[in-house]
Amino acid sequence: MAVASEAGGRSKSAGGRKRKASSAKPKATREELLHFYEQMLRIRRFEEKAGQLYGMGLIGGFCHLYIGQEAVVVGMQSVLEPQDTIITTYRDHGHMIACDMDPKGVMAELTGRIGGYSKGKGGSMHMFSKEKNFYGGHGIVGANVSLGTGLGFAHKYKEDGGVCLTYFGDGAANQGQVYESFNMAALWKLPVIYIIENNKYGMGTAVKRASATTDLYQRGAAHGIPGRHVDGMDVLAVREAGRKAVDSARAGDGPVILEMETYRYRGHSMSDPAKYRSKEEVSKMRQEHDPIDHLKQQLLEQKHIDEAGLKEIDKEIKAVVNEAAEFAQNSPEPDPSELYTDVLVEA
Amino acid sequence: MAEITLVEAVRLALARAMEEDESVLVLGEDVGVDGGVFRATDGLIRRFGPDRVRDTPLAEAVIAGVSVGLAVQGFRPVAEIQFMGFIYPTMDQMVNHAARFRNRTRGRLTCPMVLRAPYGGGIHAPEHHSESNEAMFAHMPGLRVVIPSSPARAYGLMLAAVRDPDPVVFLEPKRIYRAIKEEVADDGSEQPLDTCFVLREGTDVTLVTWGAMSVETLAAAEALAETEISAEVIDVATLKPLDMATILASVEKTGRCVIVHEAALTGGFGGEIAARLAEHGLMSLLAPVQRVTGHDIVMPLPRLEDQYMPGTDRVVAAARRAVEFA
Repeated sequence: MAVASEAGGRSKSAGGRKRKASSAKPKATREELLHFYEQMLRIRRFEEKAGQLYGMGLIGGFCHLYIGQEAVVVGMQSVLEPQDTIITTYRDHGHMIACDMDPKGVMAELTGRIGGYSKGKGGSMHMFSKEKNFYGGHGIVGANVSLGTGLGFAHKYKEDGGVCLTYFGDGAANQGQVYESFNMAALWKLPVIYIIENNKYGMGTAVKRASATTDLYQRGAAHGIPGRHVDGMDVLAVREAGRKAVDSARAGDGPVILEMETYRYRGHSMSDPAKYRSKEEVSKMRQEHDPIDHLKQQLLEQKHIDEAGLKEIDKEIKAVVNEAAEFAQNSPEPDPSELYTDVLVEA
Repeated sequence: MAEITLVEAVRLALARAMEEDESVLVLGEDVGVDGGVFRATDGLIRRFGPDRVRDTPLAEAVIAGVSVGLAVQGFRPVAEIQFMGFIYPTMDQMVNHAARFRNRTRGRLTCPMVLRAPYGGGIHAPEHHSESNEAMFAHMPGLRVVIPSSPARAYGLMLAAVRDPDPVVFLEPKRIYRAIKEEVADDGSEQPLDTCFVLREGTDVTLVTWGAMSVETLAAAEALAETEISAEVIDVATLKPLDMATILASVEKTGRCVIVHEAALTGGFGGEIAARLAEHGLMSLLAPVQRVTGHDIVMPLPRLEDQYMPGTDRVVAAARRAVEFA
């Protein structure tokens, strides 16, 4: 079983966290596994390229990379229906790629060009796609949790059967409005999945130095919200937990909290030297828990694909990412007249 | 005496204040182990320990609220908000509580706290990492709003802010955190609050500014001097309470005034200065007051940032308009 622990409304004694899930793996078809692999690798290669462009001085407005956390969004995205909505804070490029937003538009937004999703006005933190039901990309941590609760309220009110995935980090989990949101969502049984991406550090501060209790999946217990701790480095564990949560919320049982235990390999932002953790800690995570390597091993062991096939996938992805980078460098800069557009509706 | 940057001056002043007064505490997100997002508090935790230099959770509303609680108990908390765009959750506490304790208790309780935040644009950051909303705080009775424009000013005003018995919103122009170096004596002497500083004397036009825009404004005065226009430059430094006497005295001499700030035009603090000039200095004015400001738009990303930020050329042009007006 992938779900390691449960807390909240339905089980009164939340119990301690079991770090190691049992070895029985959720099943997935060859196509599913290959799709997950391709999706995760696409995010990683995109982020590596974004890091390069940042290093070349082509990206302004800060840049927070998602490398290491890919299994979380890819697993969650796999259980959604078209009407479902997604909202997150910054470190959001992975969510956009997982939502099938065009890498060209995402990269061009990073470089501040007119071809970007926000026409070069939003930058890394502020991209949206109405078509893909992606509601941002927000720079104020914790504040998007209220917004996601509102998206969930809209689903319920419209009776469209939709569920809102509201992502936030371990740092944001200490913001007051998160708990105001929990209460309202539980009170009104809103179809919201609160996904806490616990990557161990809120900027430079370790979870245990910022949180009185570090089992963040229990944070909804006071409001009767069930919470689950999930291995966020295992895409199948994420999918399994995500499916249960989404089914329950869609059925009208109210919100669910999923704490995804994950890890970011890079600094908080590109300008963060990450001195608050050891190199050994990072390399241990990369070597022993990498979500992409983990899936790659499974694919090879189960003989779903060979090394040559994997190389072919990587090659295709690199082509897509290079094309995005090319577009992002050649798309024109916004005209100064763009400064005055879209502040209020044009008369 | 060492040459230091503005951010180093903030750190030096905080260390000095903590050294001389045990009731001074520093708190905020990443201010301890990590030394602050701009390293303004770097090393303080090693020197003064984690009890006095406290890393807080991400919780701006509570950072402000806890500071109020500490302050009314006699502590002097200095709280950091990482960027001005993150300051809005503190407004409730700053406006409804910090600003009103003295008044509500008829002076029996006071709130000697400092809320620090880097502010302003020009560092290629996204919108809420770039904004200048000093006027919102200046609008609120019971708050002091202080903005340094140089390392020496930052040192002296920070010490004065920490020692002040009332709440101070201390906004640090992050664009010039490391752009200017000057000699600052770490002698514990403060610079006066509620005082405008004349940065350059002149006779033809008064340029009024604060924070990072003092760099462009001084450059504009230099450029104007080349065409034999003598500009006086005033650094407001404390927006509220406003030392209008210094500005009025200058305009009485020059008859012309240009106000420069990077915050948006409408409701910006320049409007308040212009209104007071109209109320109290109308007979001195030889030309309409000019304002050179940011635009009434959301702060743009780097590609258009230079279009937003008032540059030296805009200040020069406005000064010329004032001087050439009849």
